[in-house]
Amino acid sequence: MRRKGLASMAVQTVATSTDPSAVDLGPAAALSCRECGHRVPLGPVFACEECFGPLEIAYDFSAYDTEELRKRIEAGPANIWRYAPLLPVPADVATKPNLNPGWTKLVQADHLAGELGVETGKLFVKDDSGNPTHSFKDRVVAQALEAARAFGFTTLSCSSTGNLAGAVGAAAARAGLRSCVFIPHDLEQGKVVMAAIYGGELVGIEGNYDDVNRFCSELIGDPAGEGWGFVNVNLRPYYAEGSKTLAYEICEQLGWRLPDQIVVPIASGSQLTKVDKGLQELVKLGLVEDRPYKIFGAQAKGCSPVSTAFKAGHDVVRPQKPDTIAKSLAIGNPADGPYVLDIARRTGGAVEDVTDEQVVDAIKLLARTEGIFAETAGGVTVGVTKKLIEDGLLDPSLTTVVLNTGDGLKTLDAVAGTGLTATIRPTLDSFREAGLA
Amino acid sequence: MSVTVRIPTILRTYTGGQAEVSAEGATLSEVISDLEKNHTGIAARVLDDQGKLRRFVNVYVNDDDVRFEQGLETATPDGAGISIIPAVAGG
Repeated sequence: MRRKGLASMAVQTVATSTDPSAVDLGPAAALSCRECGHRVPLGPVFACEECFGPLEIAYDFSAYDTEELRKRIEAGPANIWRYAPLLPVPADVATKPNLNPGWTKLVQADHLAGELGVETGKLFVKDDSGNPTHSFKDRVVAQALEAARAFGFTTLSCSSTGNLAGAVGAAAARAGLRSCVFIPHDLEQGKVVMAAIYGGELVGIEGNYDDVNRFCSELIGDPAGEGWGFVNVNLRPYYAEGSKTLAYEICEQLGWRLPDQIVVPIASGSQLTKVDKGLQELVKLGLVEDRPYKIFGAQAKGCSPVSTAFKAGHDVVRPQKPDTIAKSLAIGNPADGPYVLDIARRTGGAVEDVTDEQVVDAIKLLARTEGIFAETAGGVTVGVTKKLIEDGLLDPSLTTVVLNTGDGLKTLDAVAGTGLTATIRPTLDSFREAGLA
Repeated sequence: MSVTVRIPTILRTYTGGQAEVSAEGATLSEVISDLEKNHTGIAARVLDDQGKLRRFVNVYVNDDDVRFEQGLETATPDGAGISIIPAVAGG
């Protein structure tokens, strides 16, 4: 018996029936299975009906002239929509109510470079704490929001380790949609407040992130979840594309040039795979010169399934039960882990991990040297960069970009104890006695 | 051993649209074989050519991910609830 196509099944998760041919998501042409290449029409589906592999966006960029595209991008708004021609969004996306994230600072980190033994002018921090809800998640949610609009969803939802919950709540508020998001019950208080403040529903699940993710996957298949756009589940093919904009911005900010080395945090592995996809697209479009680059993945030792597999030479990732302060990276069963391994090996990079103590030290190092207060994930990337240099795996003479994906104000608990240098009486004598003069 | 299996949307074409079906078997492997008898074609979607769980499929017996247990040989006690779920990335 011939199976029905995905398009018919997709209807089960859509609020209002949507004709795939009427969906305007710009250059997005179809969904394609990353594992087996099976193609289906654009729709709110995320897994291949043939092999369960992840579906991703297939584009039609054939009409673009390189120099015209470059001019169009450079004349675009100072946010991710300057890259709208390369994203699954309608051409008029910038006119719709959304958070307009991106175009965050690429900080030349000379003081940090000095501490790490990197040549002056070669080390950069891509500081995504500057996004509207203070993490890179605004980039991905902005894509999912456009897909949700296209498919007629009225509720925006997600499973989250915290940052995403805030990004979804804020984006839904701006767009006038309902939001209902799910998080592990024991998240950092700062992230809970930053997710709840936008007025949507915030539900704590008794379990870790993998349990939350499983719950959301089951909710999608249930009538209770009909009409819901889960940004990182049934809208995941669109959502994930947002991370490409990190690669686009880094290259444009470097003067339309690929970095030699880039250090990316790994939770699910989606961000790293899409940064690679973004770099590859720029090469194929002729916007940057094709030259070698290395991608390095960074994990916390307490949740390091990908670095463990990398070091063991495995091409499959064995899940772990997370136990780390880097909760935004605490995904024990990372769906894109095998792709991360492929990319790190293909580019000559590596996947490394650092202890929680090293994460805290790295947060303080980045803050002290560059005035950037990173959340724990940023501590992981900076800590791993330091370790990679010490181990001779990262070349300190080459242009290196380290991602900071979130704001330290979200994870204040991690640096608890950092406080007063001294407490003194309001007198000059007391000031001098404390050795502060 | 009689168990209940939750079917993801992507596989419901094999179960006539049912989100939950019953199956028999003392291990996950036996349960999948039994599912195949009543819903032809479903096993090939869950297992690869070598008969292993596909890497983007997660299966839970009650609340336990079988990859933390004995994989396809994980015991499926009478009355157990089994969930088949496509792996998703997130964060």
